[in-house]
Amino acid sequence: MDIFFFLLFAFIALIAAVNVVLQRHPISSALSLVGVMGSLAVLYLLLGAEFIAMAQMIVYAGAIMVLFVFVIMLLNAGTEERTGRSWLAQIFGVPAMIALLGLLCFFAYKVFPNAGFVKFGDFTGGGAKEIGYALFTDYLLPFEVTSILILIAIVGAIVLARKELD
Amino acid sequence: MEFLVITAIKLALILFVFMTTLAYLQWVERKVIAHVQVRMGPSRVGPHGLLQPLADVIKLITKEGVMPPHVNKGFYLAAPFLAVFMALISISIIPFGTSLTIPAFQIGSTTFGPYTTMMELANVNVGILFVLAISSLGVYGIALAGWASNNKYALLGGLRSSAQMISYELPLSLALAAPLLSAGTLSLRGIADAQAGFYFGFIPKWAIFQGPFPQIFSFIIFVISSFAETNRVPFDLPEAENELVAGFHVEYSSMTFAAFFMAEYANMVTVCCVASLLFLGGWQPLWPVALGSNLFAPAIFFIAGALCLYHGINPARPFDRITLPVFAVVFFGLAGLFAFPPVVPVLMPIFWFLAKVGFLLFVFIWIRATLPRFRYDQLMGFAWKFLFPVALVNLLITGFLVALFS
Repeated sequence: MDIFFFLLFAFIALIAAVNVVLQRHPISSALSLVGVMGSLAVLYLLLGAEFIAMAQMIVYAGAIMVLFVFVIMLLNAGTEERTGRSWLAQIFGVPAMIALLGLLCFFAYKVFPNAGFVKFGDFTGGGAKEIGYALFTDYLLPFEVTSILILIAIVGAIVLARKELD
Repeated sequence: MEFLVITAIKLALILFVFMTTLAYLQWVERKVIAHVQVRMGPSRVGPHGLLQPLADVIKLITKEGVMPPHVNKGFYLAAPFLAVFMALISISIIPFGTSLTIPAFQIGSTTFGPYTTMMELANVNVGILFVLAISSLGVYGIALAGWASNNKYALLGGLRSSAQMISYELPLSLALAAPLLSAGTLSLRGIADAQAGFYFGFIPKWAIFQGPFPQIFSFIIFVISSFAETNRVPFDLPEAENELVAGFHVEYSSMTFAAFFMAEYANMVTVCCVASLLFLGGWQPLWPVALGSNLFAPAIFFIAGALCLYHGINPARPFDRITLPVFAVVFFGLAGLFAFPPVVPVLMPIFWFLAKVGFLLFVFIWIRATLPRFRYDQLMGFAWKFLFPVALVNLLITGFLVALFS
């Protein structure tokens, strides 16, 4: 059952991810990205990380992508125009992609040689309590540094926006 | 198999009650606003206009759906479905009572049961996060409707709606987090259970009264933000008639138009359910059973029935002589239902829960009848400069006191 759901949502995630690139209208691309986020959340849920899954939905699908769609609507971005591809991309594009994928698979196999399937319910460290405990004990420094980084980014954005206003 | 059958029955029951509530909420809203403004409200279709929702539904279904020529067809058609889907799905995780046990019974020679089931569709252990996730996805329906309509008023409505929902989600989530801290769980049933019991034997341990820090401020912040989240007056800028014609649904007609209205009312019901679960103790009674809280429900139905009977005997309008006694009989029947002891432990929690949700819905309608609309910059300033800091301070104090006293 879990392998069926894994394959289903992995397939949906892949299709949506390819669709992000293929769609010509920015809104369609953004909504495909929402699809990717949603299927990723289901994959987290299948792993037993229900808190992460919901956080993924709230933060990525619910907040960040809404902002993307909002900005696209505000700027009224139109359909992108297709230009002819360069001969370099036409010839080497697909082979280079296949080579890259092969390399990725090779390294993934090298790093995790005895990787198997995760059964649904095997992993129980995905609740809010465990995540909070890990964040505020083992990963306290990275967590705080990330918060400060985000704070700097917010302040920077406000400073830039104010300059535009003056 | 047993699980599937019970779930299917519950699903059908909840869907029926929910849909009827959505239809009749419209009637209640029109009636309440009318009485606030000293009018009659709907009174032509059926007694006291009670068949008005049915007439509205028939009207909306039989209307011609017009597809404007310059819309983005796919998104234009998907938007109302998205809005309704996101609005209806949250009700599946709302618990509305304690458990229900059906004793074993015999049909022919086979014995069935006993069956025990919780009064909810699904008990999700991150339930409150699920509600937040779904409500934040609800923006897409409105934003896409505004954008795909290819109409400047609709686009402005969609933009206003997404900006407003993003802004108000912050104080809403912060206000939610404070009672979660004292409850110590994310499951909606767990949160309601954590509010059982009484101080000094009569003050309920609801989150708005509960120590170490009563959550009355976060309750008020939550209610204010949920007005904005559901696009209700005084925050209904996305559908401001006098500025935007009708807002994001200006190009919609027939059932697609009705879909947005249904989504709005469904969101209202969900938000009221969450508020009563988080802050008002869900199905926990207002005063202990020892002091006779179980008598409250039959008493209130009995009083309602007696009032109806009195006005039926001294009718203000000719048809009241027939309709009001019928209502009286219905109310007396409801009061009589509580006379059967085995039914009481099942019905009382549902009664308290529905009473709280009904009260909050009434507050929503009351405020719509009372307050004028905000200006747009006031709306944004209010969210970011007042609600957000207050919610943050409230969360800090709650966290500090919870850590101190536990």
